[in-house]
Amino acid sequence: MSLPTSPRHDEIVTVYSAASQLRQPLQLVRTMMQDAFAARWLAWRLLVRNLSARYRQALLGHAWGLLPPLLTTLVFVFLQDAGYFSVEKTPVPYGIFVLTGMTFWQVFADALQAPMRQVSQCQTMLTKVQFPREALIIAGAGEVLYSFAIRLLLLFVVVLWFDVPLASSLVYVPLGVCALLALGLALGLWLTPISILYQDVNHGLPFLVSLWMFATPVLYPAQASRGGSFFVRINPVTALLDTTRSWMLGGASPWSPNFFWIFGLVILALLCGWLLYRLALPVLIERMSG
Amino acid sequence: MTGPAALQVEHVSKKFCRSLKRSLWYGLQDLLAEVAAQDGSRGLHLRPAEFLALDDVSFQLQRGECLGLLGANGAGKSTLLKMLNGLVRPDAGRVEIHGRIRALIELGTGFSPVLTGRENIYINGAILGFSKKEIESKFDEIVEFAELADFIDTPVQSYSTGMQVRLAMAVAAHMQAEFLLVDEVLAVGDIAFRMKCFQHFLDLKNAGKTIVVVSHNMVDIHRVCDRVIVLDRGKKIYDGAVASGIAAYEELLSKRGSLTDQRSADAPASIERVELFDEDGKPCSDFNTGENLTAAVTIRSQRKIANARLIVHVLTPSLGLLGAFASPHKGFRFDVEPGTTVVHFSIRKLPLLVGSYSLRLYLYGPDIKDFYHEVSQAALFKIVGPPVDAFGYGVCHTIHFDHKWEIAEPSPGRESALTQGHYNGL
Repeated sequence: MSLPTSPRHDEIVTVYSAASQLRQPLQLVRTMMQDAFAARWLAWRLLVRNLSARYRQALLGHAWGLLPPLLTTLVFVFLQDAGYFSVEKTPVPYGIFVLTGMTFWQVFADALQAPMRQVSQCQTMLTKVQFPREALIIAGAGEVLYSFAIRLLLLFVVVLWFDVPLASSLVYVPLGVCALLALGLALGLWLTPISILYQDVNHGLPFLVSLWMFATPVLYPAQASRGGSFFVRINPVTALLDTTRSWMLGGASPWSPNFFWIFGLVILALLCGWLLYRLALPVLIERMSG
Repeated sequence: MTGPAALQVEHVSKKFCRSLKRSLWYGLQDLLAEVAAQDGSRGLHLRPAEFLALDDVSFQLQRGECLGLLGANGAGKSTLLKMLNGLVRPDAGRVEIHGRIRALIELGTGFSPVLTGRENIYINGAILGFSKKEIESKFDEIVEFAELADFIDTPVQSYSTGMQVRLAMAVAAHMQAEFLLVDEVLAVGDIAFRMKCFQHFLDLKNAGKTIVVVSHNMVDIHRVCDRVIVLDRGKKIYDGAVASGIAAYEELLSKRGSLTDQRSADAPASIERVELFDEDGKPCSDFNTGENLTAAVTIRSQRKIANARLIVHVLTPSLGLLGAFASPHKGFRFDVEPGTTVVHFSIRKLPLLVGSYSLRLYLYGPDIKDFYHEVSQAALFKIVGPPVDAFGYGVCHTIHFDHKWEIAEPSPGRESALTQGHYNGL
């Protein structure tokens, strides 16, 4: 029986130098893969910590996640009923149309803010401990999906209550949710390095998100904006959100063909965002206050 | 043991920026350079408001060695440690590490006060790089080490500070790595817990782990390190044995201390210089405990001063003033002549242990009000041996006490008196 005598050949060797990590792209990609894989368990732990720490001291607990889409929906249903504004006829009752739109919009909006929130919450950890940085992003994505799941539950309850028929294309909805999540994370990752240096990004983002919502067919059907706002048309969220909502509630979606090439671009943007995040953190951590 | 060194640090430098605004702007520039795949050749180019926090530092560390990093605040110790841990990158030079490296720089990272001790062990462990399996197998050991078995399902916010620190330390102490970086965390908890931590680190060291320790506590350094590197303003100024390394570090602190050279406005005389000699009359600044030190004080004067006085203070940077003696004490009286006068004094059987010391001299006239001159750090000297022992088996710290031990002779009379006293006490 022979025991392994020399562990040397598979020993971990780490080298740090002044040159950019991009100079050794193969090694960079390999460590990114390894870290993303190694980050699973830590990401899960962080997710559990964040969720339980957030809700353990609240009587309503996890139900707090329902509040933003529910309130917005109620406000707009009230405004519409009272005749303050009117939108084109929607395929389902307006309340359900808005609630569905809000549920999907929140996936994008939360995902957009997740990387920055995670990084600024974990500043001390980032400056003091070496851990796979991907864990923060995965945990952030997990939080987004968790909130989405709770809101989806509410949506299903409402849909059943009002006896609204669901389309059979419902099975594609997860794909739409993935696309919205990926787009949000990608943009969030692109903004994160700058937000570490300049707080302006963190201050400005909530305003940007609420303006962005009005340039997206959340509260009105996409057709209503035809020939209308330029922003609605160039907005990549429009295609993703409208398509996903149509998959769920039925009804024609003129943007459908766009969905797939936008999805492809989103995945590419996400990979680039990840790379940027990897390159940026070691350079920017020294500028962070621990 | 042969094979590559566990750690190789080659000509490493790191820039820092004093101004926040500029620092952020440089951060953006560096980020763009990183994305543009810069080759690292502009690393040593200093932009306005930048300085080198680490300046061309090189050293090697063999497997199983335990290195202490010494230096005043801002000398670059923590920067070096962060660099070894991969948190910041060098601006020039190269670091190569063999083996899995883990750092104990901050205790209790990721602790959430509303969660229980059990949950926090899992989180902190995951952040420190434990795998799920490792945590599960070490869990009981960690709880036992922290002595918190009864409180493990209580939220951490109801723990005392001491309990929180014990929990954090217990998790950190069970990290699995061939290479450990430790920053100022050994001295936590009460003395019993501290000794337990020490024992644990000694066990790790004896198990052949490579360790780098940063501490301001010289006793800690003495206890765990085989070798010391002293940093001063980013430069490596000493690399070698522990005792003389500590002395070099203390000497640095002495030199940093306030250099006063005060004289009264109309002083007729001043101390020109002080030189130290060993027993054979050779100039010397390194001594052993118990040796004799001789000093020659050169005084320059414009006129004759009858019955002048010299006062000598002996200081060490960590404790300050250790003691003082004045020339009249031993009945020595001397006159200062116009021109130069040289006075000798000696300290016999130096009662000082390994470390760095300085002399502060005062020159007075015959009366209390006749202050002429004060020179701090008039002379610096080091005690370089014999070695001290910080484990409680020898002598350590500053003063060497002439001491002896014996077993008390059992005497029936005394014992009965004690017993009686005891009963009376009841």
